[in-house]
Amino acid sequence: MNFRRLFLIAVPYSWLLLLFLVPFGIVLKISLSDPALAIPPYVPKFELAQGWAGIKAMFAAFDLENFVYLTEDNLYWKAYISSVQIALLSMVLTLLVGYPIAYGMANASEEWRPTLMMLVILPFWSSFLIRVYAWIGILGQNGYLNQLLQALGIIDEPLVILNTPIAVYIGIVYTYLPFMVLPIYATLEKLDGDLLEAAEDLGCSRIKAFWLITVPLSRPGVIAGCFLVFIPVVGEFVIPSLLGGSRTLMIGKILWDEFFSNRDWPLASAVAVILLLILIIPIVLFQRQQQRQQEAER
Amino acid sequence: MTSPTKNLIGAIAATLALTTAALAEEVRVYNWSDYIDEALLTKFEAETGIKLIYDVFDSNEVLETKLLAGSTGYDVVVPSGTFLSRQITAGVFQKLDRSKLPNLVNVWDDIAKRTAIYDPGNEYSVNYMWGTTGIGYNVGKVKEVLGDDAPTGSLALVFDPKNMEKLAACGVHFLDAPTELIPAALRYLGEDPDSKDPAVLEKARPVLEAVRPFVRKYHNSEYINALANGEICVAFGWSGDVLQARDRAAEANNGIEIAYSIPKEGALMWFDMMAIPADAPNVDGAHKFINFMLDAHNAADASNYVYYANGNKASQEFLVEDVIGDVAIYPPAETVKNLYSTTAYDQKVQRLVTRMWTGIKTGN
Repeated sequence: MNFRRLFLIAVPYSWLLLLFLVPFGIVLKISLSDPALAIPPYVPKFELAQGWAGIKAMFAAFDLENFVYLTEDNLYWKAYISSVQIALLSMVLTLLVGYPIAYGMANASEEWRPTLMMLVILPFWSSFLIRVYAWIGILGQNGYLNQLLQALGIIDEPLVILNTPIAVYIGIVYTYLPFMVLPIYATLEKLDGDLLEAAEDLGCSRIKAFWLITVPLSRPGVIAGCFLVFIPVVGEFVIPSLLGGSRTLMIGKILWDEFFSNRDWPLASAVAVILLLILIIPIVLFQRQQQRQQEAER
Repeated sequence: MTSPTKNLIGAIAATLALTTAALAEEVRVYNWSDYIDEALLTKFEAETGIKLIYDVFDSNEVLETKLLAGSTGYDVVVPSGTFLSRQITAGVFQKLDRSKLPNLVNVWDDIAKRTAIYDPGNEYSVNYMWGTTGIGYNVGKVKEVLGDDAPTGSLALVFDPKNMEKLAACGVHFLDAPTELIPAALRYLGEDPDSKDPAVLEKARPVLEAVRPFVRKYHNSEYINALANGEICVAFGWSGDVLQARDRAAEANNGIEIAYSIPKEGALMWFDMMAIPADAPNVDGAHKFINFMLDAHNAADASNYVYYANGNKASQEFLVEDVIGDVAIYPPAETVKNLYSTTAYDQKVQRLVTRMWTGIKTGN
C-alpha cells in the first residue's frame, strides 16, 4: 500500500476520531457515572493519573442505572418520538419550499445565478438568534403580520401564531431552508440539459420529463438536504423555546432540564447517547440500503 | 504623508494600545442582564485603573452549570441565595477577605440576617440586590376583564381558575421557574412554601395544573416587553422587571398603565449575592469591585437605575423618592414580615420538582 493513499485515508479518519469518537467516549463515560455536588458535578471523574487504580475504580462503579431510569419514565420516550415527528414534518415542509427555489435558481440565466446564490446565503451574515427574534416581532399579537392582515380587512381579531407549534415550523423552515436549497441546487445545476431535450424529442411532456429525469437525478441532493435538516432539528432547542409555547415537548428541552435544572450531568449524557443512537442507526441502515441499490443498478 | 499610510500607522498604534491594555490588570464580572447602570462600569475603571470585563447571564441554572464545570475565568459572579448555598457546599467559592472590604460597614443588618440562611455568617458573599416575586398587571385591562373588585392584591388572581379563565383572553405569562412557582402555590394553599416533603410539594400540582390552560407562556424575561406593549395583561414575575415594564410603557406613552403588587398571602423574597469563585484569576481585583459596589453612592446609583432594592443601609439617603418611596421596591415593615424565603432542594427533591414542572407545562 502506498503512503499517499494511507495519508489520504488517515485525514478523514483522524478527523472522525478526534472530533466525534473521543467526545462521544467522554459523554458515554459521564453517562455511566453518578451525580455529585462538586466540580465537576459527577463521580467518578476522569482520573487517568491514578493509572490502573483509577481504571479499576471506574469499573467497580460501573452500572447502567441512568439508562434504566430513562425507561422508567415514559416522558423521555414521548419526547424522543415528538422530536422525531417534528423533525420529519419540518423536513418535508422545507423540501416542499426548498425544491422549487433550487429548481428556479438552476433554471435561471447564467448571469443571475451568482446573485440568487448570494441571496440564499445572505441571511447567514446576520446572527441566527437575531433572525429568530425578528419572527417574534412579525408573528406576535400586535406583530407586523397581524397588523397587515387587519389593515387589509382579512381578519378582525389578531391571529394567535406566536407560541404555537405553527410558529415553530415557520421558524425551522425559515432557518434551515438554505441547507435544503444548496445541495439540491448543486445537483440540479449539473443536470445535463440534453437529457431533457431528448425526452421531449421522444414525446415526453415537460411535466413527465421532470418526474422521470430531473427528480431521480436530483435525488442525491434531496437526500443530503433532508439529512442536513432532519438531524439538527431533532435536537433543536433555541427555535422551539423562543417561538413555541411551553407545551411543545422536545428532547432538546429535556436535555437542558437534566443538565441545567437538575444538575444531573450523568443522566443528561445518557439522554444524549440514546439520541445519538436514535439518529445514527436509521441513517447507517439507510445508507447501506442505498449502496446496495446502487450496486444492483450497475 | 498620504492618508492610507496614516491609517496604517493609526491601526498599528491601536493594536499596540490593545496589547498593552491586555497586559494591564483585568477584573471579570458575570452578572444578571439589565441589572446595572453602565455608567458605574466606566466609573470603576476610571477610579481603579483596572479594566473591567462585564458579561451577563439570564438564569441561575446557566451560571451554576458554568461554575460547576469549573475554570469560568470570572472574578465576581452574582447567584441568587438558594443557588449560592448549594454552590458553597460544592466548593465553588472562596471566603471573602474582610480587610479588603472597608465598605462592609454600609451593609444593612436586616438583609444580612436574612442572607445568613444561605451563607452562614455571610463569609462568602455580599448582597447586591434583593426583590420579591409577585404580580405585574395592566391596570386598565384587568379592570375591564374582572371589574373594579379584581383581586389584584391576591394570589387568587393567578391561581383561581375562575379569574384566569377570563384573563386568558388578554394574556398571562408565568415565570419558568419551578423553584418560585411551586412555593407560591404552596403558600396559596396555606402550606409551608419551603417544604421539601414530596407529599406536600405534590399539593402544588393541582393548583398549577388547573390554571395551565390559561397561561400563554412560561418565560423569565419576555414578560417585560409583553406587559409594556400590551401583548399580555398579567405576569407572575420579579418586582424590578415589572417596574421596568411600567417605565417602558410610560416612555412609549402608549396609554398602558402597569402596576406591581405583593400578594397579601405573602411573596418570595430573594437575594442576589456577589461572590468570588475559588479559582478566580484576580482575587484582589474582585475585592476591589465588590468594595466599589458597596460604596453608598454607587449602590444607590445602581438601585435608582434598575428599580431593585439593595442590601446597603448607607445608600438609602441617596436613593430617589421613586425608589425608596415605592412600596413595591422597599415594602413597609408589615409587608416584609409576610415575605418568605426558600432554601435549596437536594438532588432527589430537585429531580422531583423539575419533573413535576415539566408535567405541569406539557401535560405529560
